[in-house]
Amino acid sequence: MNTITQGKRLRAKSLTLLGLMLIVLFLLDIGLGSVRIPVSDVIKTLLGQQIDNSGWQGIILKIRLPRAVTAILAGAALSLGGLQMQTLFRNPLAGPSVLGITAGASLGVAAVMLAAGTVTTTFSIRELGVDGSWLIIIASTLGAAMVLMLILGISFKIRDNVVMLIVGLMVANITIAVVSIWQFFSDPEQIQEYILWTFGSLGGVTNEQLGALAIIVLTGVILTFFLSKTLNALLLGEDYAQSMGLNVKWARVGIIATTSILAGAITGFCGPIGFVGIAVPHLSRSFLNTSDHRTLVPTCALVGGILMLVCDIISQVPGSQTVLPINAITALIGSPIVIWIIVKRKNLKASF
Amino acid sequence: MMKETRTILSTTNLTVGYKDKKETKPVLSNLNLNLEKGKLTCLLGTNGAGKSTLMRTIGGIQKPLEGEVFMQGKPIRSIDAKSLSKQLSLVLTDRIAPGNLTVYALVSLGRFPYTSWLGTLSQKDKNIIFRAMEATGILEFANKHIGELSDGERQKVMIARTLAQDTEVIFLDEPTAHLDLPNRMEIFHLLRALAVDSDKAILLTTHELDMALANADHLWLINQNKSIDSGLPEDLVLNGLLEEAFQRDQLQFDYELGTFKRTSNQKKTKVKLEGDMILKRWTRSALERAGYEITPDSSDIEIKISGSLKAPLWHLNYNDTTYKTIQELLIQLNNQ
Repeated sequence: MNTITQGKRLRAKSLTLLGLMLIVLFLLDIGLGSVRIPVSDVIKTLLGQQIDNSGWQGIILKIRLPRAVTAILAGAALSLGGLQMQTLFRNPLAGPSVLGITAGASLGVAAVMLAAGTVTTTFSIRELGVDGSWLIIIASTLGAAMVLMLILGISFKIRDNVVMLIVGLMVANITIAVVSIWQFFSDPEQIQEYILWTFGSLGGVTNEQLGALAIIVLTGVILTFFLSKTLNALLLGEDYAQSMGLNVKWARVGIIATTSILAGAITGFCGPIGFVGIAVPHLSRSFLNTSDHRTLVPTCALVGGILMLVCDIISQVPGSQTVLPINAITALIGSPIVIWIIVKRKNLKASF
Repeated sequence: MMKETRTILSTTNLTVGYKDKKETKPVLSNLNLNLEKGKLTCLLGTNGAGKSTLMRTIGGIQKPLEGEVFMQGKPIRSIDAKSLSKQLSLVLTDRIAPGNLTVYALVSLGRFPYTSWLGTLSQKDKNIIFRAMEATGILEFANKHIGELSDGERQKVMIARTLAQDTEVIFLDEPTAHLDLPNRMEIFHLLRALAVDSDKAILLTTHELDMALANADHLWLINQNKSIDSGLPEDLVLNGLLEEAFQRDQLQFDYELGTFKRTSNQKKTKVKLEGDMILKRWTRSALERAGYEITPDSSDIEIKISGSLKAPLWHLNYNDTTYKTIQELLIQLNNQ
């Protein structure tokens, strides 16, 4: 039994280490960019002290701080969404983007942007106030929830997880097709806005909107943590979970609602960011070699935040004026990491 | 002294099966069964006879088509999932493989109905988990991952999980399906010991006749009429119900060996066999496979087995030759 307490100590150590990494990368992310700001000045500004360069202060507080916070929120939210989907469907390939949840959120956003765009000529998320940001969150969450409900309904009929995944991919395709048709009949300006949105961006969230986003994501993270015990029971499959007294129907509803809120809100503000949702749960499980969600939930949130900060730093191309789309960077950076982990540690495949 | 009733789970006029919009498909009907504490009950039936369907129904996972299942006198459909999970635990056939889950973590999932919202284990929970792992002999694997275990070890872990769930009734669906003989025997002995020592009612399904006959305290035998005969295994053998249940063309129950044998309509050469009991048993087995019939009456072919168990000798009457192996004996017989 000694080894079990050892495991606990290792877990505490890993979480502390990840927390420290997150803080360091957070400061670096704020410091690096087209203008390089020393980390000491970043810390001073964040602590509310004056620094010599007032221009830097503005950049930090108005542009880079919201951006870095958004990165952490997005990473945590998408990772937890992926973790829940993978456990619910007991499938290592499940994730918000694969099962069409991101596509559903896109449909919601497209509905608001393209439909509203026909009435008011210039209508973009960035120009929306707090009310508008709630509208986008609600639209994308509803879109995500709609697709998830559909998938869930089908999953009652189909027990096979691989078949379920194919169904999810097909539903995602249908949703994307609906958006395409909508785009086809829309004005070029609105399509351009929508296409820009699909590239993904962490910089589009203003300070006011950030508050709404933070509340939603934090709620989602807490809800996911509350679902840890349920998710653990589901590791053995639904029949076992039910025999242990779990109300499987409500558990499904809870997991799907939480995932739609998390993935929906982030997709609404930052665009459909792929990859993070699938990769981070695997990375977390692999590093800590555990399937216990009480450990995995905080770990995934931290690893997700770290990965998004790294991707954000790279997408800024430090020292240049260019900003690359975050969506491309997550896949470009993340895929090799996952391949490396698969080759290096062989415990990835047998997660379910 | 009269004992109090030992029955913990019972069914009245139960019909199990499937129902869709068009028709109802009963699989087993007219079931009046009693499951008793302190006994290992085996539900025996051929593949596809409805073992799993019955188990799922009396386990409360599936709805019955007719009739009622009672758990300690209460209709099972009136018991909520949480209370039921403290009375009944399951080991299902699905092969679960959460590779990153340790044995300890999986066994402790059995405490699910008892722990708080976060699933934190109290000292009492930990003691129960420890005892469950001790009883099933898996303490040494506590920190191994499920993916690293053999099938037999994995099955013991699943049994330990039901013990951690601390229920009076345990159902196991085909617990020995993928196991080799030593593992099968170990699992059966373990389950029997658990039933007797901790006074649990354990029900398992199996299609392995020999295992059920050797280990079951009580047998539920699925018969040809899509119902169940219930009784002591030996009684069901002697009153012919067992043979009837497994009745197939060219299959005959050997009442001496307790197994089924293939029969054929071809006329067989009769052989008389004499000698030590064990040697006779294995010689008989080889001869019958080769198509000879053993007869107690005198015959043209008579074989006398002599020598010790380690160095037996087979003497054939018609050519007065002695052979050192059954193989040599059979070659001679076939060449005749």
